[in-house]
Amino acid sequence: MAINKHTELRYKIWHYTYLTICGLVFFFLIAPLFVIVPLSFNAEQYIHFSDDMLALKPEAFSLRWYEDMVYGTKNPWGLAFKNSLVIGIFATIGATTLGTLAALGLSSKYMPYKALIMSILISPMVVPLIISGSALFFFLAKIGLSSSMLGIIISHIILGTPFVVITVTATLSSFDHSLTRAASSLGSSPMYTFFKVILPLITPGVISGALFAFVTSFDEVVVVLFLAGPDQTTVPIQMWTGLREQLSPTILSVATCLIAGSIIILVLMEILRRRSERLRGIQPR
Amino acid sequence: MSIILTTEGLPLEKSLKKVEQKNKFRAFLLVLPLLLFLIVAYVWPILNLLTRSVDNRLISDLLPQTAIALSNWEGNEMPSEDIYKTFYLDLNEAHKQKLSGKVSTRLNYAKNGFKSLINKTRRKLKNFEDENYKDQFIDLNKKWGDIEYWQAMKVAMPKYTIDKYLGSVDLEKNYSGEIIQKPEKRRIHRTLWYRTFYVALGVTICCLLLAYPIAHLLSTLPLRYSNLLLICVLLPFWTSLLVRTSSWMILLQQQGVLNDILVYFKIVGDKSRLELMYNMTGTFVAMTQILLPFMVLPLYSVMKTIPPSLMRAGSSLGGTPFHSFRKIYFPLTYPGIGAGSLLVFILAIGYYITPALVGGASGTLISNRIAYHMKETLDWSMASAMGTMLLVSVLVLYWLYNKILGIDNIKLG
Repeated sequence: MAINKHTELRYKIWHYTYLTICGLVFFFLIAPLFVIVPLSFNAEQYIHFSDDMLALKPEAFSLRWYEDMVYGTKNPWGLAFKNSLVIGIFATIGATTLGTLAALGLSSKYMPYKALIMSILISPMVVPLIISGSALFFFLAKIGLSSSMLGIIISHIILGTPFVVITVTATLSSFDHSLTRAASSLGSSPMYTFFKVILPLITPGVISGALFAFVTSFDEVVVVLFLAGPDQTTVPIQMWTGLREQLSPTILSVATCLIAGSIIILVLMEILRRRSERLRGIQPR
Repeated sequence: MSIILTTEGLPLEKSLKKVEQKNKFRAFLLVLPLLLFLIVAYVWPILNLLTRSVDNRLISDLLPQTAIALSNWEGNEMPSEDIYKTFYLDLNEAHKQKLSGKVSTRLNYAKNGFKSLINKTRRKLKNFEDENYKDQFIDLNKKWGDIEYWQAMKVAMPKYTIDKYLGSVDLEKNYSGEIIQKPEKRRIHRTLWYRTFYVALGVTICCLLLAYPIAHLLSTLPLRYSNLLLICVLLPFWTSLLVRTSSWMILLQQQGVLNDILVYFKIVGDKSRLELMYNMTGTFVAMTQILLPFMVLPLYSVMKTIPPSLMRAGSSLGGTPFHSFRKIYFPLTYPGIGAGSLLVFILAIGYYITPALVGGASGTLISNRIAYHMKETLDWSMASAMGTMLLVSVLVLYWLYNKILGIDNIKLG
């Protein structure tokens, strides 16, 4: 609805009300995240905006909670970050490989029972985590993998695959299949076609699927709560225990780092999206 | 009619079929690794969870003869001497194998008081004489003469049972097999189911109301601005759930930011700060904000495809903006509304982390109860039964989603 000087007053009022509502909703979405950032630089021990902080006095801010995060005594965060990274990387590799292969099969027009198989492959995303967690807990205990890194990696591969399947299938749905036919008519073998024609074109989809899988694993806490022993503590587990006991400023420093991480991922995703559009010849509006 | 032959001399039709078979097989082979992996490591464990919820073999394995004896017992008069004797032999055997602790825990699920009763009894088992077991049991503890304990034991004995399902909706079986309501003060689960349902519904409606205008704004703004604003939706979407929950904890605490602002503007007194957290309010507000992106994104992707010329056409034919919105634009967004609402509802109904952290006692949902049974009471059959019921309701919704929108249409980001 375009507004110009001929618009009736009541529509003008309505239009500005609408914009205000939108502004408030955007504020509601984004503001809570940025409450964390200044508080993580607090010089005091309380989760509270002190008067000095509001007056922007430099002595009210410090990096002590970041120091505590990195060098603190009996510091759990180092191990947690290491575990989270190891689990995340292996889970991403597993989920991306299995998921991309499956997506390639699913996008073939010859695929039998497509709908049924697709709904099985997507199910880990839909089933409540508490149920996946309980089921995997019993299963991994039975095969002797409870409280082990391998067990957690297996569960995170399961939880990550739906995202890879969805993103890669979406990329393949706009893939021009005459390209593969052109390649074979020019004498290339199926493997060669895959690596030289298909893979470069679907790479943005594969990478964004991989990012989804990594974030899912890095952020996952419910299933790990059931599976992890004391040696398998992860960043979300540490945050969870910290939040249950007492909200400390160190947690806010970790949270700020995680927000920075998600900004990086957001930028990466945007670059991938643009690249994918350019590769497929879609012009931006 | 001549048959067309390929260069190898085969009929064309056959040859094409062969190629199609080969292609089918090739496609299936690509899906196979993931499918097998998921069936073995995911679908099967979940089915296993379902059997666990009805599996009651533990107790009848521990007290095998008693199970048989009690199944022949009518249950309306005191058990005979034979039953007491059988029970003594079984319990003694279990005690020797150091399994009487399991017996007491399991029977305590059936009736409170069994745990201490068995624990007191088992220490005296070695003093029993070889006759008049009934009298010896009752002399030891007069509860053994109370028919209610025997009735509870009879109800607990069958190898497979739906007791846990009854329990998760606050029903139970009496000794003659009729299904009855649990006593008033022990009814906790039904409230939780209702609460989970209402919270999921309320959060879905709130998300829809909040998401609709901003999705509309995003889809009508020029791409330059909408991409910027989209970040406001995508950044929370990509940020860790725990980070977002902790930001709500900072905001909603009694000494938190929101209360500080309210006190600063003298809306509430410093003494009467609002309790915004550890109750329903906290769960509801935090869940709405956390699930909002899942509503905005499907709505946005549908609204983007609606050509703006349709609204202009509506106005040029004399419709007021509201009328053309209601008659043209709104119906076209139904697929987005359906997708977003189902997605948010499915996610909300199984929510665990946020209610556990900001919900307190009155703001917890059914998932928290399942976790409680998994980790605290260790009543795994109960957890499995409740999990199964939750799973079935989610799968029904998933099936609906599939039916209405098609699973292929799920999009992310």
